[in-house]
Amino acid sequence: MAFNYDQYLRLEKMPTLWCWGCGDGVILKAVIRAIETCGWDQNDVCVVSGIGCSGRFSSYVDFNTVHTTHGRTVAFATGIKLAFPDKKVICVAGDGDALAIGGNHTIHGCRRNIDINFIVINNFIYGLTNSQTSPTTPQGMWTVSQKSGNIDPTFDACNLAIASGASFVARETMLDPKKLEKVLVKGFQHNGFSFFDVLSNCHINLGRKNKMASAMENLEWIDSITTPLKKWEALPEEEKMNKFPTGILKHDENAREYCDMYKDVQAYHQGKRKAITQDDFAKKI
Amino acid sequence: METREIISTGNDLAAIAAVDAGCMFFGGYPITPSSEVMHTISDLLPAVGGTAIQMEDEIAGIAAAAGAGMAGVRTMTATSGPGVSLKAENLGLTQMAEVPLVLVNVMRGGPSTGLPTRVSQGDVRQARNPSHGDYRSITLCAGNLAECYTETVRAFNLADRFMQPVIVLLDETIGHMHGKAIIPTAEEVKKGIVPRKQFTGAPEDYRPYGVGPDEPAVLNPMFQGYRYHFTGLHHDAKGFPTEEIETCRKLIQRLEDKVMMHTDELELNEEFMCDDLEENDVLIIAYGSVSLAAKEAIRHLRADGIKAGLFRPITLWPSPAERIKHFTDKVKNVLCVELNIRQYTEEVERVASRLDIHGLYKVNGRAISPYEIVNKVKEII
Repeated sequence: MAFNYDQYLRLEKMPTLWCWGCGDGVILKAVIRAIETCGWDQNDVCVVSGIGCSGRFSSYVDFNTVHTTHGRTVAFATGIKLAFPDKKVICVAGDGDALAIGGNHTIHGCRRNIDINFIVINNFIYGLTNSQTSPTTPQGMWTVSQKSGNIDPTFDACNLAIASGASFVARETMLDPKKLEKVLVKGFQHNGFSFFDVLSNCHINLGRKNKMASAMENLEWIDSITTPLKKWEALPEEEKMNKFPTGILKHDENAREYCDMYKDVQAYHQGKRKAITQDDFAKKI
Repeated sequence: METREIISTGNDLAAIAAVDAGCMFFGGYPITPSSEVMHTISDLLPAVGGTAIQMEDEIAGIAAAAGAGMAGVRTMTATSGPGVSLKAENLGLTQMAEVPLVLVNVMRGGPSTGLPTRVSQGDVRQARNPSHGDYRSITLCAGNLAECYTETVRAFNLADRFMQPVIVLLDETIGHMHGKAIIPTAEEVKKGIVPRKQFTGAPEDYRPYGVGPDEPAVLNPMFQGYRYHFTGLHHDAKGFPTEEIETCRKLIQRLEDKVMMHTDELELNEEFMCDDLEENDVLIIAYGSVSLAAKEAIRHLRADGIKAGLFRPITLWPSPAERIKHFTDKVKNVLCVELNIRQYTEEVERVASRLDIHGLYKVNGRAISPYEIVNKVKEII
């Protein structure tokens, strides 16, 4: 039987403001299915979004929802999660939101390893503001702010998340919603910062001047630049830089989650334990 | 009211007050001269089951605090002028989405990095409109050690009453002053807590922003079955983005009217030796640590046969317009004393409809002494 999304959608807000063929809706549906698979009560979930096309994500789903300022999703979510550590928090941001204006918050959310699920919808461009260069726009592509071709080197969002200390890092595309859903479930169930780099299309604003003006052409390009992690590892070094590995890139179940660690702080100040020292941590520097 | 005697600093008293007022979350970032607020509350909050977190920057400090406020707990951040500049963006969101929050600003010299370790009142104008757009800031200003406590408590209650951020201004002198303060007991403070209003009807009937034209939003805590939406966009009664002309107009007018039609609930002043002032006497207007010097000056002036009094606004914004006008209509010589250049004087001129207000301004990071005020008064009369 087909999955019924009605319970989780704010149907009166449909249709969305997203363009025809946009990947955001596919990702939204995968997130809803993953939440149902996890068995989370709608009242226990908070979805936090930023600014941009992805910022509207939170207004379409029937949870406790927050549409914050540009780039600040993880910082707001940190307050919500720490105030109610037992509840589930999902952040949704775009590539500009998460990696440019909000880059610092992304880094430190990963570093704290707080139990927030951070979904970056990465379409390689600023969509809502009409085609400006984002931190993931490939070099040489046309953007409205770099009409001669983008010269800015690009971010690998997952490398950033891994280096920053996120304990669950995965990359998927909207081309395979079932696989995306499975990876989302694994990350949602992981106790720690779960970072998802979800590659999506923007044939309107990325594609129109970069020879992929239809959704299909844009999706074919995403398909051509991604390969499963195992296959990617077998590639010759010179080919690796032109493919993004997909799948779960990091899953460290031993890393301590921030809200759990904060309980030690509370216990110390309540006279229930000794001060926290370096002996409490395997990593000394 | 039962009181207690405590020896502490202004910054510490603000932190103690927050916890006594039921604050359960603090998000901050180190900045001189306010850091001690974070240091102290980082010990106090976990002891009562709350959370204090040092975030990665000033923006994240208020964002985390606002997130906790959206989730439904009493929440605070503390900073100084440069931090307020960075927090302005999210102060705007908390105004628009009507999220209660207390921000303590311990003022230092500005603009920019300014004089980090020295006193100033240079953020008074900033406190009125920290970010873009139309809304009314509520700003309280502590004039002595005890008020660092009582005004922080009042800020929490006003934030929940008006559903918006409330700024508490200390200055470096008050924040770092160490001495005896007589403050209400924690039990007294608890008795006076008025939590934010909550909707108790059926979730389908809930309209968080569908309130009267001069009323604040009714925002239930998260995770209790009332699922709604926060946004910084113009929004409708349910909190969802809209561009509908009348809805947009009414929302911004309501943000204005919910404060300006209820200023009687906000106003708080001290009138020191003002009762006997006559036409040819002197009215001094000062706030914050400067008022301490002004009171000393008034004692000296009266000993010299010059009748002077102090009007001290404790709620700076919205300004106590009627009360200021009452005194400025009565007295010829009005002197504003500020550690900035004319920031509040311009408000006094506006509400008094007078352009002959005298001023004594100091912007070199040093306190104003009583003798400077005495000399200035003798010069103008």
